[in-house]
Amino acid sequence: MDIDTKTFDVIVIGGGGAGLRCALELGKSGKKIAVISKVFPTRSHTVAAQGGINAALGNVQSDDDWRFHFYDTVLGSDFLGDQDAIEHMCKEAPKTVIELEHMGMPFSRDAHGKIYQRAFGGQSRFYGKEKVKRTCAVSDRTGHALLQTLYQQNVRYRTKFFNEWFVFDLVKNKSGKIVGVSAIDVVTGKLCFFKAKHTVLATGGAGRIFYSSTNAYICTGDGLAMNLRAGLPLQDMEMWQFHPTGLYGSGILISEATRGEGGRLMNGDGQYYMQNYSDQGDLACRDIVSRSTMEEIIKDRGCGVKKDHVLLDLRHLSEEVIMKKLPGITEISQVYTNIDPRKEPIPVVPTAHYLMGGIPTNRFGQVIDHDKQDKVVEGLYACGECACVSVHGANRLGANSLLDIVVFGKACGEHISTNNIDANDVSDSDIEAGFSNYARMEARQKGKLFVAFREPMQKIMQDHFGVYRTEDKMKEGLDAIINLRTEYEKSAYYEDKSAVFNTARIEALELQNLMDVAVSTAIAALERQESRGAHSRIDYPSRDDKNWLCHSLVYRNSDYKKRPVNCRPLEIKPIELKERE
Amino acid sequence: MEIKIQRYNPDKDNQPYMANYEIDIDSIEGVMLLDALEYIKTNIDSSLAIRRSCGGGICGSDGMNVNGKNGLACQTQLKNLPNKVVIYPLVSMPIIRDLVVDMSQFYAQYEMAEPFLQSNVKSDKEQLQSIEDRSKLDGLYECIMCGCCTSACPSSWWNPDKFMGPQALLTAARFVFDSRDQYRKQRLKLFDDRYRLYRCRGVFNCVSVCPKGLNPTEAISKLRKAHAESE
Repeated sequence: MDIDTKTFDVIVIGGGGAGLRCALELGKSGKKIAVISKVFPTRSHTVAAQGGINAALGNVQSDDDWRFHFYDTVLGSDFLGDQDAIEHMCKEAPKTVIELEHMGMPFSRDAHGKIYQRAFGGQSRFYGKEKVKRTCAVSDRTGHALLQTLYQQNVRYRTKFFNEWFVFDLVKNKSGKIVGVSAIDVVTGKLCFFKAKHTVLATGGAGRIFYSSTNAYICTGDGLAMNLRAGLPLQDMEMWQFHPTGLYGSGILISEATRGEGGRLMNGDGQYYMQNYSDQGDLACRDIVSRSTMEEIIKDRGCGVKKDHVLLDLRHLSEEVIMKKLPGITEISQVYTNIDPRKEPIPVVPTAHYLMGGIPTNRFGQVIDHDKQDKVVEGLYACGECACVSVHGANRLGANSLLDIVVFGKACGEHISTNNIDANDVSDSDIEAGFSNYARMEARQKGKLFVAFREPMQKIMQDHFGVYRTEDKMKEGLDAIINLRTEYEKSAYYEDKSAVFNTARIEALELQNLMDVAVSTAIAALERQESRGAHSRIDYPSRDDKNWLCHSLVYRNSDYKKRPVNCRPLEIKPIELKERE
Repeated sequence: MEIKIQRYNPDKDNQPYMANYEIDIDSIEGVMLLDALEYIKTNIDSSLAIRRSCGGGICGSDGMNVNGKNGLACQTQLKNLPNKVVIYPLVSMPIIRDLVVDMSQFYAQYEMAEPFLQSNVKSDKEQLQSIEDRSKLDGLYECIMCGCCTSACPSSWWNPDKFMGPQALLTAARFVFDSRDQYRKQRLKLFDDRYRLYRCRGVFNCVSVCPKGLNPTEAISKLRKAHAESE
């Protein structure tokens, strides 16, 4: 193998919101850095976020406070979130959003010229007592505006980018330190070892393990699988959020902002049903709304010929709200379903959307392993959806993910800036090991075409690990997904071995990554014998704090561990355990 | 449906050629042209190279020329296409492989626009912006950088190194007309030459192909007015 070497102080893997915010922070440190992204950065999936970013700015209700935001986030997480990390995020939120505004993010504005804030699910003032408008928005294109703004600032400060490079694996030295990554230039097919003192994984989600998902084709869990292959664990992989309003058919996201602006969910009998399930009605947390919707469908009150979806009704909203606050979703429903939401309700269904779990980190973004106690993995950081810091616990609040990526992208950058370590030794055999998985796939000339594995994997995950879960179904699913992965490792191949822009090669490696993510989800979901947040088991319908107030850790060899939840915020009182509604 | 796609793999092919794919639309999951291309990649030929990411018209990856007109595959409904579909890569950009083109010139044009807010604000509060001032950015900030417009622009074909092209000019307008930007004067100075802004001949190709319904030609005329007034 002909392998080039490039040396940096820091490499950031992924050019979405987390990676770009991290890179901006690192730019100030004087360190030699590079961002490696498998797509041009503005194609990253941050672009698809719509509704907004939470921060207790108090522009609508001046008595809003980050402590209320903290309370909502802990409660929303069903107490699986780490309270030290949630405290940091909510406290930093106002400053973070104002920084984005200073960078040029084109926020919508209120009558005073301040940042526009809208209502969103699970948000309150005075610890659950009153409603609040906390979600800062750029119309319904907040992620697009955020990603473009961060990219633009990176252009301004001349960040070094390696766009359309695909990273295979972390490279580890003999003493277990992470010393860089193995990668390929997709355009030319050339291989390269990126040597770095610090490696930041900001590779995003993995929603493509499911058959129906709001996620982009590129959300293939690359960083998650790299972590597993490096012998490191993933945390809370059973915790997948199903968004209540994926567009029926294609799964494209229809923002929660629709309900924040007054839209309502309707069943096949024409009834608005959410008030029957929650006092917060259509603005209950996403796990609750998705379950309620599934209840309606299971009880034969769904819509359409198959009665397999519900309707999102926006017809009562004013023309001004539709055109000024929801133009993006209006366009989506017209382009993808030929429906004008001013005249007809939009067909929607709960759809896999977001991974609350991921690579376990502390609140500085340092990746950790756990053996009775936490241990920092030297040289490795993670932030964004691929990380599990954990601020979302068992259920993420809408508009907390854009906040997560900027707050912890920045936190990673800050921590690395002050973390001056010497470069670690790396041998030729360490580097070779980083390319061995790729080399094995590349060498295979026969077997079964990799594309034949994709749909079976997605169907297994969809059918066995959806909104509602049971022991029998999950056991069956776990066996099936492990068998499928074993077969993939043994026989999957791609015919085309050409060098230039070989997407078959990249997709085969992405699918391999998805297989590892799927297996870890299956293991973690079967183990957790309770219902908490997005993990809803019919056979264990209640939360069990005695046995399960803990994170789960899964390794690639199927080892399973529990890790304590952090219930110790640094400066305010922890939120005591209580029932959600 | 018969889909013809221009294929070219520099590792194997001396020159591009047209490949034919016969597809039964009913066997495709999904209703968009991108779904048909994914069907081809999964069931017929996995070596077909395309760019795609979100599949929902917001990331701007899958711009291509379909029956003579640039557009996004993920926003093109199969039922609105005739039974014969001919697909080329975005015109005027160098081909890397199949439908994947080299967009480095396009990104260089974008960077000519100095695409970042320059305000040097010191306060720890947000800068205020009236609803009216903010609305001047509507129609400008939504660009997804798919390249459909610049690829369809004859002035860009002739002088891509000197004329900024519709996408970069739309971006320039997004910052010139942002009430928070303090470098408006310097930004407009950029247009003192004959090419960057003034090479637009008002062909309107950019407007007719923009998948987001934006109007770069209008932005260009506003920039010209602002430039004339600044002199």
